[in-house]
Amino acid sequence: MITTKELTKQEAFLTYLLRLADDRLILGQRNSEWCGHGPQLEEDLALANISLDMIGHATALYEYAAEIEDKGHDEDYFAFFRDDRNFTNLQLCELPKGDFGFTIARHFLFSAFSYFQYERLKNAKDEQFAGMVNKHLKEIKYHLRHTREWVLRLGDGTEESHQRIQESFDELWMYTGELFYMDEVDEWMIKEGLGVDSSTFKEDWKGLVENTLTEATLTVPDWDQFMMSGSRKGIHTEHLGHLLAQMQFLRRSYPDAEWK
Amino acid sequence: MTDKNNNDNWPLWEVFTQPKSGKPHEHAGSLHAPDEEMALQNARDTYARRNEGVSIWVVQSKHITASTPDDMGPFFDPANDKPYRHPQFYSVPRAVKKRS
Repeated sequence: MITTKELTKQEAFLTYLLRLADDRLILGQRNSEWCGHGPQLEEDLALANISLDMIGHATALYEYAAEIEDKGHDEDYFAFFRDDRNFTNLQLCELPKGDFGFTIARHFLFSAFSYFQYERLKNAKDEQFAGMVNKHLKEIKYHLRHTREWVLRLGDGTEESHQRIQESFDELWMYTGELFYMDEVDEWMIKEGLGVDSSTFKEDWKGLVENTLTEATLTVPDWDQFMMSGSRKGIHTEHLGHLLAQMQFLRRSYPDAEWK
Repeated sequence: MTDKNNNDNWPLWEVFTQPKSGKPHEHAGSLHAPDEEMALQNARDTYARRNEGVSIWVVQSKHITASTPDDMGPFFDPANDKPYRHPQFYSVPRAVKKRS
C-alpha cells in the first residue's frame, strides 16, 4: 500500500491498475461459485461466461501492472501471493454470492459503473491500457445488458422475485458509495490523462440505476444512508479472507506447479 | 409479463446462427428461455461462445411446422427418378470451371 506522501507516477499507475484488476478478479471468482449451481442450464453458462470474462480482464490488467511495477512479478503473483490487506477491490465485489437476485443486482450495479468508467478510460493516453479497456468494454456492455434485463424480470416478475431482489438492492446499497471513492492516486492519473474522474459520470450512473429500478417496479433505496469505506486502502469485510483462502490455497501449497 | 414462475414453463426455442454475412443461418440447437430477449442472450452464451457467427435468430419451437416421417414418401420419393432436375448433363465451359 502506498503511504508515502510523495507518490510517483509509476506508483499511481500501478495502484490504479491493481484496483481495477482486484475488483474484477474478486467479483469474477465470487460469481464463478455459480458454476454448476445456476438456476437454469442456460443461466449457469451465462454466469460462468461472465465470470471468465471478469477474470480475463483482471489477468490482462495484472500483466500490465507487473510490467509497470518492473520487479519481475507476473499476474499470478498479484492474484495468489498477496494477502487480504493488499487487495484493493471494492467490498461490493467480495460479498458472498447470496441468491440469484443478489448476484444479479450486484453485477448490474458494478457493470453499470464499469460501463461509464471504461467509456472514458478508453481514451487514456497510454496505447496498451486504452487498447485493453476498449476490448473489455464490449464484454462489459453485454454484462450490463444481461444483468439489467434480469433486474427488470425479477423486479417485475413474481411477488417473491420482486421482494428478494428488492432486499438485495437494499442490502447492497451501503457498498455503492465506494464506487466513487477517489484519492491522490486518481488525482495523479487524471492529471496524466490516464485515469477518469468518476464524479463526472456519477449522475449518469445514478440515472441508469434509478431508471432501471423504477422500470422494474422496485424502490430506489436512500442514497443518503451510511456508506462503507476503506477498501481502496485494504480494509475489507470478513468475507474476503475466506474467498482468498479458497482461491489461493492450491497455488500457495504448490507454488511451482505448472499446467502440463 | 408472461408466466415464468416455474422453470418448466419456460418455452423451448430453436437457435440459428449465421457463420458469415451472406451465408444462410444454420440450426445450432435449442434452449429454454422466458422471452425473446433472454432467448437471444441465452443463445449468445450457449451457441456463440467460440466465434461461431455474426448473427443469431431465435424462434419458439412451437412456431416451426415440421414434416413427419409419413410425409417421406410423397414428399421426397418422386425426386428419385428425375435426374433431369439436376443440371449435371450440361457441359461447363472451361472458364467457368476455373472460377469455381
